[in-house]
Amino acid sequence: MGTWIIARLTFREASRRKIALTGLLLGLAFVLLFSVGFYYINQQRLQNNPFQSPIPMEEYYNTITLAGLYVVNFLIVVMAALVTADTLAGEISSGTIQSLATKPLRRSEIVLGKWLGYAILLALYVVLMGGGILLSTLLQSGYSMPNVLAGLALMYLAALVVMTITIACSSRFSTLATGGMVIGLYGLAFVGSWVEQIGSLMNSTAAVQVGIIASLLMPSEAIWRRAAFEMTAPLSRLVSFGPFSSGSVPSTAMMIYGGLYLLAALWIAVRQFGGRDL
Amino acid sequence: MSSEFAIETQGLRKLYGDVLAVGGLTLQVPQGEVFGFLGPNGAGKTTSIKMLLGLVAPSAGSARLLGEPLGSRPARARIGFLPEHFRFHDWLTAGEFLTLHGELYGMAKERLRQRIQELLDLVGLAPFEHKLLRTYSKGMLQRIGLAQALLNDPLLVFLDEPTSGLDPVGRRLVRDIIRDLRQKGTTVFLNSHLLSEVEITCDRVAFIKQGEVLRTSQLKSLVEGETSVTIRCSEPAPETLSGLEQLGKNIRTDGDTITLTVSEEAALPAITRYLVAQGLDIYAITPQRLSLEDLFIQVVGTDGGL
Repeated sequence: MGTWIIARLTFREASRRKIALTGLLLGLAFVLLFSVGFYYINQQRLQNNPFQSPIPMEEYYNTITLAGLYVVNFLIVVMAALVTADTLAGEISSGTIQSLATKPLRRSEIVLGKWLGYAILLALYVVLMGGGILLSTLLQSGYSMPNVLAGLALMYLAALVVMTITIACSSRFSTLATGGMVIGLYGLAFVGSWVEQIGSLMNSTAAVQVGIIASLLMPSEAIWRRAAFEMTAPLSRLVSFGPFSSGSVPSTAMMIYGGLYLLAALWIAVRQFGGRDL
Repeated sequence: MSSEFAIETQGLRKLYGDVLAVGGLTLQVPQGEVFGFLGPNGAGKTTSIKMLLGLVAPSAGSARLLGEPLGSRPARARIGFLPEHFRFHDWLTAGEFLTLHGELYGMAKERLRQRIQELLDLVGLAPFEHKLLRTYSKGMLQRIGLAQALLNDPLLVFLDEPTSGLDPVGRRLVRDIIRDLRQKGTTVFLNSHLLSEVEITCDRVAFIKQGEVLRTSQLKSLVEGETSVTIRCSEPAPETLSGLEQLGKNIRTDGDTITLTVSEEAALPAITRYLVAQGLDIYAITPQRLSLEDLFIQVVGTDGGL
């Protein structure tokens, strides 16, 4: 019960403080930009008589849409870190947490409620922004991306991983320190992902392993690459290199690890917040 | 509730690294008492309250609130708390804020709605129910904080500096609320720097320094008890002053003025007779009842908590 009350409070905070609206407007602006861009690229392709091209139209649509989803993934991950960095740390430093934590609810309910509130918000972003991109492609070209549900679910998992590790940091450190740590971790995962892909292209086992270690420290980028792989058209999978595709495809084991990583981060957040002085 | 005490602590201690915030708080507050918690800045008052409310974990010692161990959720359901800095979620309206806290107390919807109206009327904020807290003045925030602390009809209320942001009208309101709580048998734990307020509202006070209780006093005995006396007379000889120690304490002289403390006003005729017998000319004897502030300085000292 307490968890749900705090989740509602968190959701209300996001809407009152214009966090939700800012994210929504940013997302809609991006979907609009993507749609206009897609329109012109599509027109150009049609005028260039694509039927003479050896590459089917679907591959073009797939790549463009993946590019759009790549940006959506980035926006959602950034949003996940930005909106949650202050959620516990800010309430602790301002003292607003005192009137909540002295009520007859468990501290874990405060953490889980906040987690749930932001998880719902992120789900909306994924559906609206990711769904907006996919819908735009479908309406303009009739092309439907493969494995959409698995892809979007993995994108959501990546966002939840970032959000949960941010809440875990926020339960112990200040807002600024939390932001610094999460951006650092995300940067590490991002660079690690490229090292892994280039290593895979050059058959460097050591480089691939460095990338995997980076992914173990922060699995969000590996989860995105698996999401991208799931939604990549069969022919494009052969190209196997680029920001929207994956040369070294993260394994299912890595996705399970991502889920366990999320649970561990949530457990740490609950433990840290439960044991600290407020 | 099995215990006769609303609050019982035994050697409650808090260390932040090497810094001692509370040295060993031992006190008992009976149910229904309005208890003043006094001490200089940095005496560990707020840390003590935070430990009692489960916000801060004690380094050592034990405590029971309403007969339950520290941090107990059933006890917290019967406790109200107004924090010192009254920072609340200012993007909520007053009505939403009270609804939130009532829900957290697990109050039934209808009862909560009724209680919110009662409390908004009580603290004079009914016309501002739908205004965001961020538009409230400091005094209004303190009033809404007070309403929040009373939502669940608590058995025990912690008020940490409840009048710091209030004007005289607001202070009178708080005094009236505390008086009503006493009549209902609610225990009030009051932390305030405004000693004149404490003097009016509290049954008993504890003076603390570095987190240890130096003394507890019934305010009734304070009013009826020790009296400071100023005597203007011809300059006394040192032997006269030595003899005066039989009749009073804290004897000080400044030229033709003697000040001393007597246990009760009934001691004054004996002092007068003694000084006359010693050959002194007496021009004036002025008893001044010891104020809480005098007692505070006497117990805590003038160096504060520094």
